[in-house]
Amino acid sequence: MGWFKRLKEGISTGTNSKMETPEGLWYQCDECKTTTTQKEVKENLYKCPNCNRHTRIGSHEYFEILFDEDSYHELFGNLVSKDFIGFTDLKPYHERLTAAREKTNLNDAITVAVGLVDKKPLVVSAMDFTFIGGSMGSVVGEKIAMSIDYCIKEHLPLMIISKSGGARMMESAFSLMQMAKTSAKLTLLAKAKLPFLSFLTDPTTGGVTASYAMLGDINFSEPNALIGFAGPRIIKETIKKELPEGFQRAEFLLDKGFLDFIVDRADLRKTVGDLLKLFDDKPTFEGEKKDVIAINGREVPNVNV
Amino acid sequence: MVFLEFEKPLENLYEQLEKIKEVGEKGDVDVSAAIVDLENKIKLRRKEIYTNLSGWQKVQLSRHPERPYSLYYIDQICKKFIELHGDRRAGDDKAIVAGIGSIDYQTVMIIGHQKGVNTKMRQYRNFGMANPEGYRKALRLMKTAERFGFPIVCLIDTPGAFPGLEAEERGQAEAIARNLFEMAQLTVPIICIVIGEGASGGALGIGLGDRTYMLENTWFSVISPENCSTILWRTWDYKEQAAEALKLTAEHMHNFGLVDGIIKEPLGGAHTFPEETAKAVKRYIVKAISEIKQLSTEQMIHQRIEKYSNMGQYDTV
Ligand SMILES: [Zn+2]
Repeated sequence: MGWFKRLKEGISTGTNSKMETPEGLWYQCDECKTTTTQKEVKENLYKCPNCNRHTRIGSHEYFEILFDEDSYHELFGNLVSKDFIGFTDLKPYHERLTAAREKTNLNDAITVAVGLVDKKPLVVSAMDFTFIGGSMGSVVGEKIAMSIDYCIKEHLPLMIISKSGGARMMESAFSLMQMAKTSAKLTLLAKAKLPFLSFLTDPTTGGVTASYAMLGDINFSEPNALIGFAGPRIIKETIKKELPEGFQRAEFLLDKGFLDFIVDRADLRKTVGDLLKLFDDKPTFEGEKKDVIAINGREVPNVNV
Repeated sequence: MVFLEFEKPLENLYEQLEKIKEVGEKGDVDVSAAIVDLENKIKLRRKEIYTNLSGWQKVQLSRHPERPYSLYYIDQICKKFIELHGDRRAGDDKAIVAGIGSIDYQTVMIIGHQKGVNTKMRQYRNFGMANPEGYRKALRLMKTAERFGFPIVCLIDTPGAFPGLEAEERGQAEAIARNLFEMAQLTVPIICIVIGEGASGGALGIGLGDRTYMLENTWFSVISPENCSTILWRTWDYKEQAAEALKLTAEHMHNFGLVDGIIKEPLGGAHTFPEETAKAVKRYIVKAISEIKQLSTEQMIHQRIEKYSNMGQYDTV
């Protein structure tokens, strides 16, 4: 298998861009206000040990959680955005880009890696919210397009981890067209009969939701993730009404029919591994403990009911 | 244990058995002979009752509160199952469950009506009556299965598609029609099994395929006996007659050539030995898939359409 050889060549896990979590530093949960240590939160896969709130994490944290140890390496890391239209708001776009690169140690709002999940190969394109709000410009679009080409060439499944405020205004209509570009390219992946797992994380909004994020063969999410098209503040100001409790949260989307399921970060790797096996030709789950769906002939009542 | 009306003679025997066992446990009298005697009586009585069930009695059995539902079969048949939700349009219908699973070494898409097991769950599952979202979820996942070449298994158990105001507004009929249209042309094997009630369009909405099997004590027809009685006799009271008149049992349906086979149930119904029933269901699924896979895609779709094209009875003058 061609892809596997290349994995061995260069393992770059991008440790320099990992979240800084010095020991002994305290962490206070936004949700339940419980104070714990950063270390504890990190060991709990960046979830609050008290209320299980899933904090926002970056592409490299997801790679570490998903991939088998030392099994992955980055792809297309050399692409950087450019200020083609000379856009300036409070400061010029090119200055914003330089600042974002310095702050995050990332080249743009998406990082692609190929590796093994439970011994099954997978390409993962993961977005970083810390880079200009995870906004989608030409680089995000192109790296997704390249990921798709790579998947088709190597016959691999694709997972995109979305985390984005939407299209990048500083690239104007170029960013808008990334919606069309990525969606069009995804039809090629579908034609090649390769699975596309779309993982929508907090937050996934705007043009990203309205293109690739909603187009997965499987759409899934983390608990309580904000997912929508228009931002809640805009909606509230437009309709001049309070928004209902839980509006645009993952559980809301599951109920409205847009998500296949919600997965706790602790089960993410296992679930993705199971999906990859099921999408394979001859799935084996020998020796695995079975998930219980029914006991003594009866459905196990859904705990959420 | 829940006893249906025609099972009352059995209930008495079971009560006697319980009493004798209690006496035996106190240890003063040897009751082993009496127990054997009673168990034989139960066996005989059971055979008497179940070998000649009327249409209406089979309808009752198909609705037995202890009867296994789709999720039970899925749990028994699949080594792995991941439930998938939503129609990607408007909602997630709890009356239809669906997901990707593995049977032996084969990935399949399983779709089934789901009834609730207690009062709370029955409401949650809307008594197995699907809305348009349920049929659209089913179709979405059938299309996914088609893209990846996974056979589709449909488990049918519904008193009918939900007759509601919003269901009509959102196109209940269109949703069922669309499924029939699309299922006719899907390029993967489709195995349908009636595991309980097969009421009308609500059942057929996930019920067009290369093979349709019925469990022995199920029914499949254009209308439920109660509704038929209400419409034609103008009162609910003729449901027994309606059940006979409709000839809705598995035996009738098989003799008519409208279904492809009957899966035997344990004496007393699927719920008496649910694991055995599930094993039989699995055998039929595995066999059907391997048979259909011998055909080319064109042959498979041609045979499927031919099968339904031949359904209908008429004279010419
Ligand atoms: Zn917390």
